[in-house]
Amino acid sequence: MADVQTGLRKPWILGDKSLTQVSQDICGILERKPTAMWWTAFLISLSVLAVGAAATIYQVATGIGTWGLNKTVGWAFDITNFVFWIGIGHAGTLISAILFLFRQRWRTSVNRAAEAMTIFAVICAALFPLIHMGRPWLFFWVFPYPNFRGPLWINFRSPLVWDFFAISTYFTISAVFWYIGLIPDLATIRDRAKPGIRRRIISFFSMGWDGSYRSWIRYEIVYLLLAGLATPLVVSVHTIVSWDFATAIIPGWHTTIFPPYFVAGAIFSGFAMVLTLMIIARKVMGLEDYFTLRHIDAMCKIIIVTGSIVGLAYLTEFFVAAYSSNPYEQFVFINRALGPFAWAYWTMVTCNVISPQLLWFKSVRSCIPMVFILTIVVNIGMWFERFVIVVTSLHRDYLPSSWADYSPTLIEILTLLGSFGLFFSAFLLFCRFLPVIAMAEVKGILSYGKSTGHTETSKELESSTKPGHAKAPVGERELEGASA
Amino acid sequence: MNRRIFMSVHECEEDLLGVVKAVRQQGLKIVDIYTPYPVHGLDRAAGFGPSRLPWICFVLGLLGAGLKVWFEFWTTAQDWPINVGGKPWDSLPAFIPVTFEVMVLFAGVGTVIALFIATPLYPGKKAVTPFARTTDDRFALLLEEEDATFDPDQVRMLCERYNAVRVEEREEKY
Repeated sequence: MADVQTGLRKPWILGDKSLTQVSQDICGILERKPTAMWWTAFLISLSVLAVGAAATIYQVATGIGTWGLNKTVGWAFDITNFVFWIGIGHAGTLISAILFLFRQRWRTSVNRAAEAMTIFAVICAALFPLIHMGRPWLFFWVFPYPNFRGPLWINFRSPLVWDFFAISTYFTISAVFWYIGLIPDLATIRDRAKPGIRRRIISFFSMGWDGSYRSWIRYEIVYLLLAGLATPLVVSVHTIVSWDFATAIIPGWHTTIFPPYFVAGAIFSGFAMVLTLMIIARKVMGLEDYFTLRHIDAMCKIIIVTGSIVGLAYLTEFFVAAYSSNPYEQFVFINRALGPFAWAYWTMVTCNVISPQLLWFKSVRSCIPMVFILTIVVNIGMWFERFVIVVTSLHRDYLPSSWADYSPTLIEILTLLGSFGLFFSAFLLFCRFLPVIAMAEVKGILSYGKSTGHTETSKELESSTKPGHAKAPVGERELEGASA
Repeated sequence: MNRRIFMSVHECEEDLLGVVKAVRQQGLKIVDIYTPYPVHGLDRAAGFGPSRLPWICFVLGLLGAGLKVWFEFWTTAQDWPINVGGKPWDSLPAFIPVTFEVMVLFAGVGTVIALFIATPLYPGKKAVTPFARTTDDRFALLLEEEDATFDPDQVRMLCERYNAVRVEEREEKY
């Protein structure tokens, strides 16, 4: 298998790396002092987080009245941010689990960072329902625990309870999956590190991993099982998030298209966010050989696919509204496109449907600044998508007498900003202390030490590009005793 | 009891796969192999059996799902029945989402705990690598010198034919 693949395909990792070069490149980042650029980015993120934290403390202390909600628009900014962040997380699981099952070898360069992104995005997402509770210290009431009120149990027929279970399972499984992936790499760092506090901490978390193949067999099977479990899980999570809306009878929410539409949108926005992060990371940390233009190209293609599914969903919603002969449903969609929130609707369409079409062109996909701008545009669009779904459906429903407008307060905007601060601070810390590239996985896809063909000729051709593994007497080769 | 271990260190997976196949043909006993990454096809070459962890995953998933259905039924229909929108007490379809999530949670977390127990791995465990660079770029094959028929010189020659960069013998307690 391996020999056929390396022979026919171009390598995903550039620079003809040897195994130890991979360890050197990835661990080297962690062993050096952080750059001025890292400190600048980290301090900016941290200050934004501090502003968000101040806003959060203020609104928890004062009450949810600090938001721009009214009795018609009872859900707006908060739930928009929640769905937005959960969606971002989904690409991480798609890369780490679904692409693993499909044996997409390019995922090895991205999966570690994407999984980290998932975890931080889910944390950001979980913050919003927590704040929305008003009394976040009573959050454990959503958990079915024996209590002195009867015990009165939670309502298992409610999508909000399903959501709680979905998000907490998703967070747990993502964190476990990420940690399992980290163990062999932590062992590599441990064995390179100088004795000291850093080594002791890493050694503690590396769980005594020694690279024994008997362990690898179990490890691989567990990794496969987790990927198999995470794949339906990620689909279920955004499906359940969409049910938060779809089970309500609000026109514009009450549609069966929501689950696939939400899942596609989640992957769309998440891939854009992975690209944003990785384009910065490869530049700042010098990972150009690991995260190449081909990786960007492959991810752009997924963005086109999922973006087109999202575009199709927008059209389908309009068609179904027209076809349904339901005047309320029809009104909602006319109101979306032409009503007071038309600006938000058309921002969404421009960012999500029109601008990604540029990625059909190879010249755009290989122009990194262009891709970077487009990924940010996509995420703006996807934030507006959730805003449009939540607010335009609510603000004018059945009774014209209860129609209302909505605009966010400064507190709401600062909370959203704060979540970005949290996300980027966490991601930057991750880049400093843990390997951004899954070393053990990347080593497995290198062409190093694998001959190619079935025939002698191709073997000879390859041997000139391989790092000197032609048969040579031991005496002439580098002897371990000398270097160790 | 002590046993004598014969270790041969290699630089790339191709050499390792070759030497593993060769020693298996000779009928030598492989104690373990240490590799920096999971080498494709090495389990078959070394004759290591498949893991039984998928069964644990399956059973735990089933257990989680079963317990959750029972718990939802017990809380919603028996312990304190709540009428929500006139739905039946045991409204099973509404229980499916949470049942699924709990199944995934039990199966996923349980399998990982099983991995930690079976391997074993635990926080703070001291790693005993036979050779310092096996987590970086070296592949170490450990053979057991079972009896007098084991000829170290002959095995050394065999390993060197597959570009062994280091060969050594050591005593090990077990």
